[in-house]
Amino acid sequence: MKLTKLAAIAVAATMVAGPVLAQLVFPSLSYRTGPFGANGSEVADGFADYMTLLNERDGGIGGVMTVVNECETGYSTEKGVECYEATKGSGALIYQPLSTGMTYQLIPRVTADGIPMLTTGYGRTSVANGDVFKQVFNFPVNYWNGASIAVNYMLAENDGDLSGKTIALLYHNSAYGKEPIPTLEALAGIHGFDLTLLPIDSPGQEQKSQWLQIRREQPDYALLWGWGIMNQVAIQEAANIRFPMENFMGIWWSGSENDVIPAGMAADGYKALTFHAIGTDFPMFEDMQTYVVDAGLAAGSGDNVGTVLYNRGMYGALLAAEAVKVAQAMHGVAQIDAAMMRDGLENLVVSDETMAAVGLQGFGPNFSVSCENHGGPGLGAISQWDATAQKWSLITGFEPSDMDVIQPLIMADSAAYAAENNIESQCN
Amino acid sequence: MFYREAGDFKKSYAEDNQTFPLKLDRYGYYLLMAVAFGVVPFFINDYWASAILIPFLVWSIAALGLNILGGYCGQISLGSGGFMAVGAYTTYKLMTSFPDLNMFVIVLLSGVVTAMVGLIFGLPSLRIKGFYLAVATLAAQFFLVWMFNKFGWFYNYSASGQITAPAREVFGFEVTGATATASAKYLFCLVLVVGLAWLARNLTRGRIGRSWMAIRDMDIAAEIIGVNPLKTKLLAFAISSFFIGVAGALFFSVYLGAIEVGEAFGIQKSFLLLFMVIIGGLGTIFGSFIGAAFLVLMPVLLKNIMVGQLNFPIDIAAHLEFVLVGLFIMITLVLEPRGIAQLWRFAKAKLRLWPFPH
Repeated sequence: MKLTKLAAIAVAATMVAGPVLAQLVFPSLSYRTGPFGANGSEVADGFADYMTLLNERDGGIGGVMTVVNECETGYSTEKGVECYEATKGSGALIYQPLSTGMTYQLIPRVTADGIPMLTTGYGRTSVANGDVFKQVFNFPVNYWNGASIAVNYMLAENDGDLSGKTIALLYHNSAYGKEPIPTLEALAGIHGFDLTLLPIDSPGQEQKSQWLQIRREQPDYALLWGWGIMNQVAIQEAANIRFPMENFMGIWWSGSENDVIPAGMAADGYKALTFHAIGTDFPMFEDMQTYVVDAGLAAGSGDNVGTVLYNRGMYGALLAAEAVKVAQAMHGVAQIDAAMMRDGLENLVVSDETMAAVGLQGFGPNFSVSCENHGGPGLGAISQWDATAQKWSLITGFEPSDMDVIQPLIMADSAAYAAENNIESQCN
Repeated sequence: MFYREAGDFKKSYAEDNQTFPLKLDRYGYYLLMAVAFGVVPFFINDYWASAILIPFLVWSIAALGLNILGGYCGQISLGSGGFMAVGAYTTYKLMTSFPDLNMFVIVLLSGVVTAMVGLIFGLPSLRIKGFYLAVATLAAQFFLVWMFNKFGWFYNYSASGQITAPAREVFGFEVTGATATASAKYLFCLVLVVGLAWLARNLTRGRIGRSWMAIRDMDIAAEIIGVNPLKTKLLAFAISSFFIGVAGALFFSVYLGAIEVGEAFGIQKSFLLLFMVIIGGLGTIFGSFIGAAFLVLMPVLLKNIMVGQLNFPIDIAAHLEFVLVGLFIMITLVLEPRGIAQLWRFAKAKLRLWPFPH
């Protein structure tokens, strides 16, 4: 009896969140709670604010208003499934789950449901092979590009020779942290450096033993593949053992203000990869201030504008919005559906003109997507933290990665997936 | 008035021993089965299957398993998450090695493999009891999770250590993978739940169940009256692990479809399962179901009410959800330390006397 009553209430609750018409729906599987919440809220705020800006300034995209359907996952894959099932019926155009574990879950589901998914800078790297992964995109950059760009930077610092050097990889012991290992192992074979793998169990507050090992072995470089609270702890621990910060580099998920501020001056010089510009020196931010922040429409507490991860969430929203424009032009309708959205993503071209039109020239690299290549060119830059000015700044331009190493790995991994799931070529 | 034995005459020992001696209970059970098998599959959608009913069914099997060990045999285990992982990874290896095998066979075999692993980790229970045993089973939890992370063979050497369930069939219907229909997945789990609950119910009221309870209530006395503690305890560990292994197999293959061992089967899952059993009611079959419903469905319900109906900001709703679920747990345990099943039993006892209580 009790159960049926609960069920009836739950039915009523899901009915209310039913389909909406004449809107472009962007579900945001965000996480504002839990050990990853500090980072998750900034990304979610950036995503939501950009969509609000489009509504307030331009009246939506192509005259159709955008709706951000936010669902809290707490970075848990079970809640992620619940959120996906709850939002997919609402006309969802695209999913950007911001979690590698959730991406793995959703790849088969979005493929079956025909909804595209964009995992910029995370997720399963081999989805870059669009011939196998029809619905999933990870342009403009992925983890393997990131690993390669980091190694290229170290090569440049050592006049092109890393033989005999040691690189320690501190990684979140999950799918996310393990992603770069095949590439780094391949690169270690080519360039002759030693790779030390140091897994850290989620959520990552406890990493004393790993840092003890670093202290003992004195690696030349340390790479950090962490997220949430794990980053803050790692940078603090590095400061504690006086590991030279300029030799400590994080992936783009380990380089936000949240991660370095707690360590104070000791974090000065810490580096992190990024695939978009940092800061608010773009004309678009003036609009953001006028139309969203000053109007009191900012998501969350509204104080995250311009942080690294806010910009990243905004960039994700920007890519989705540009794909909508492409899809609208291709199909000649303003109210597109998920299948049209997929076409838009696959034919997306981001050029200087595109970025200038939205007031963000130079914010990210130029690239184009094709049926075979869902991964873009894989360009990334290195940023460095200045603890005195309390500010991240780019110290390189957007550099290419070693695609000769990465492309065969992508082909091998996607071929394995295709064989396991009987997927035929999608591009012919 | 209506809920009573009077007039319900039993003509054989079998009738006298049946699970639901009262007519009303029996009809309620038949009705529940009819609805679960005959009505729900026609109306179920993806949200109901993936977010509500399948997790409830899967956790019910796991709770039944832990209840056999903890509730009936009195052995505390914190290794359930690890045992679920054994079930999940066995399923994955069997699914990828033998693509044509029936999923029922795969899931049950995973249960058998988990039972053997459980047997090994149950050995310390012969020497240690109570909290010390809990700590020993905790070792199983950490060891198993570490093992599935460490050795690439278990996840077929995939780059990220994730395992993904391919599409597999039962009698021509896909039950795993993303293209499986909601009703097929639901019915697959439901058949296993009903079968295993029937098994658990009959095991626990027969000779084996009585020997478990004898060990639970006082192991020395049990030994004196002729209960072999070695066999009894190990059997409890094996059967409990079988149930938990089946639950882990379904958790991976039908419910989530892709998992990563540290996140899906970490220590928090062991605790969640223990809470289910304690809140539901130790040593009851019904308690396993109600405990699973309480901890799996309550958060979803609260979320839907707070976000869907009351339009709370999602982060506040998520935090309030923790507070409220915690509060409900405390209220339940303060009012009835023996779990929700005890409240149910109490209500039934009252009903029998109604309308003329003492």
